[in-house]
Amino acid sequence: MKNKTLKIDILARVEGEGGLKLKISNGIVKDVQLKIYEPPRFFEAFLRGRDFREAPDITSRICGICPIAYQLGASQAMEEICGVKVEGQLKTLRRLIYTGEWIESHVLHAFMLNAPDFFEAGSVIHLAQVYPEVVKNALRMKKAGNEIMIVLGGREIHPVNLRLGGFYKVPKKRELRALLEEIKWSKQAAVDALMFISKFEFPEFKQNYEFLALSDPDEYAILGGRLVSNCGINLPVNEYDNCLVEEHVPHSTALHSHLKGAGTCLLGPLARYNLNFEQLTPLAKETAFNAGLGRHCYNPFKSILVRMVEVIYAFEEAERIIEAYEEPGSPAIEVKPRAGTGYGATEAPRGICYHRYTIDDNGIIQDSKIVAPTSVNQSRIEKDLWDLVQANVGLTDEKLKFFCERAIRNYDPCISCSTHFLTMDIERD
Amino acid sequence: MPKPHVPKLAVWKFASCDGCQLSLLDCEDELLAIAGQIEIANFPEASSAIVKGPYDLSLVEGSITTPHDEERIHKIRKMSKYVITIGACATAGGIQALRNFKDVNEFISLVYARPHYISTLSKSTAIADHIEVDFELRGCPINKSQLLELISAFLHNRKPNIPNYSVCAECKRRGTICIMVSKGVTCMGPVTHAGCNALCPSYNRGCYSCFGPKETPNAASLSRWLLEQGVEKEELVRIFRGFNANAEPFRKESEYYEK
Repeated sequence: MKNKTLKIDILARVEGEGGLKLKISNGIVKDVQLKIYEPPRFFEAFLRGRDFREAPDITSRICGICPIAYQLGASQAMEEICGVKVEGQLKTLRRLIYTGEWIESHVLHAFMLNAPDFFEAGSVIHLAQVYPEVVKNALRMKKAGNEIMIVLGGREIHPVNLRLGGFYKVPKKRELRALLEEIKWSKQAAVDALMFISKFEFPEFKQNYEFLALSDPDEYAILGGRLVSNCGINLPVNEYDNCLVEEHVPHSTALHSHLKGAGTCLLGPLARYNLNFEQLTPLAKETAFNAGLGRHCYNPFKSILVRMVEVIYAFEEAERIIEAYEEPGSPAIEVKPRAGTGYGATEAPRGICYHRYTIDDNGIIQDSKIVAPTSVNQSRIEKDLWDLVQANVGLTDEKLKFFCERAIRNYDPCISCSTHFLTMDIERD
Repeated sequence: MPKPHVPKLAVWKFASCDGCQLSLLDCEDELLAIAGQIEIANFPEASSAIVKGPYDLSLVEGSITTPHDEERIHKIRKMSKYVITIGACATAGGIQALRNFKDVNEFISLVYARPHYISTLSKSTAIADHIEVDFELRGCPINKSQLLELISAFLHNRKPNIPNYSVCAECKRRGTICIMVSKGVTCMGPVTHAGCNALCPSYNRGCYSCFGPKETPNAASLSRWLLEQGVEKEELVRIFRGFNANAEPFRKESEYYEK
């Protein structure tokens, strides 16, 4: 009997903290536990009794890397309750600031957190010693994404300019146009960056995923849409609770989610790419094919390519929106409180970020539910790890550990987000 | 020739959103220059390379909310020449300090189906409530220019140039017309620590005090003024219970009006 426990105590280059425990008995994987030990912060509890207008700013503090996902998810849920629909230029400006968040988050992950894995480098600093120009260009692209957020939101982390019904102040045409030069440079830089990454060596690994993403008939979904999967799900957002159920597992402070009556599903760039590919721009599609991606992608190690495809798309969207921008007459629509329950879901960089609130006639929050994409992806990550470890069970512990870390980083897990991550334990019998 | 000493920097995370340590990665123009001057010895969010302590400078993000973290912070203090806390969570307990005004067990059962899996403290507290801290950098999130100033000051043994007057002073310097006077908007500027360059008022929005209380704030005076302007008591309590709810002047003010 050979018992073996492998333990990774803290997982590097992810947002937040976690660990992993593996049990292997006579070469068969017996258990995989992804541990999230982000201290619980109880957002859903302390939102009760707060004013409905405070929800966007408070919930953005769930995650410093994707605050827009929370600000807009919360705003749209509250607007739904109060019967307000934000349309036209105000809606387009929301999409614009969201492209900024996708860019900064995706470039950060692709180059600073994920790319070092392909060189067995500890960090982007080591990578910069080998490929200084590539890293410099990546930082410049990331900055261009952040600049979009600064001009529209006031600052890149926890922007201050978003509110229920729109914005506190809308940008002048010239303020946005000033961003164009850097955006155009970045669009080409993103194409080059994707081609650079396409030369990496990707482990052969395919999974049979159920992808779940928002889908919008008019555009590559970011701000909202219907819940759609490649296995027949097609539901409005207010059916989310009937589609995904949360459960509390002992080894994690993040609640796990799975599809009702089915298994795990995958959210994020791979899901969006597979489900909404047709709505990408010609340049994004063409570069994807040049980089060796097909119309579908089932290899999580290639998600870094898909992230960069989305970066190209985001820069193109930003350019398109700014070129066509006309200042709206008013920065926001008034949102008056009325009792009810509302739902909001947007495509955060890591996948669907879901909000549900109930408020009373005075706009005081009675109940809330927030599900971050990482908490849905968690059980899917465990499934990937299970298969990956089983296929590579002969590797040394050191190599296996590194492989597992990479498999987890593929998902760009945001552990701070999973309000409710890697110490690795491998037990071998 | 002895080798010049390369200072070692460590970044630690407690209960937080990661936004303040992300500020360091958001210094796109300076990042590689910094990396050339210091050794980033422990920064799990950005690097899997871990260099053992002791450290010249430890940046601490997040608040203390679990028994495990209560112990961990003392170990970090022992390993570090200087400890600097970054952000509202580390300097005041953060938004999660809203638990301090309620029964935490009720919170646990609201969020988690199986409360006995969760180990947490009844309060979320600032790092300085547990250990000696050499400098506290405010903000939710922090201002990255101030972070660079701070790192540079500590590495060169000089006093950091980080003013502690109010947001109003920055607002005047920026030339923004006072929105409280001209538009009747509730603004926390008079009692709030500078550092954001009076951002919100420049976006036609009242300051919501993400930098927490300035030195010697007159919170009582601001409360009276807001009550005169027609703000309800319940709202006043919420105004002081934001991202720095557990900072003493704000905590006292909100408790006074809750009675």
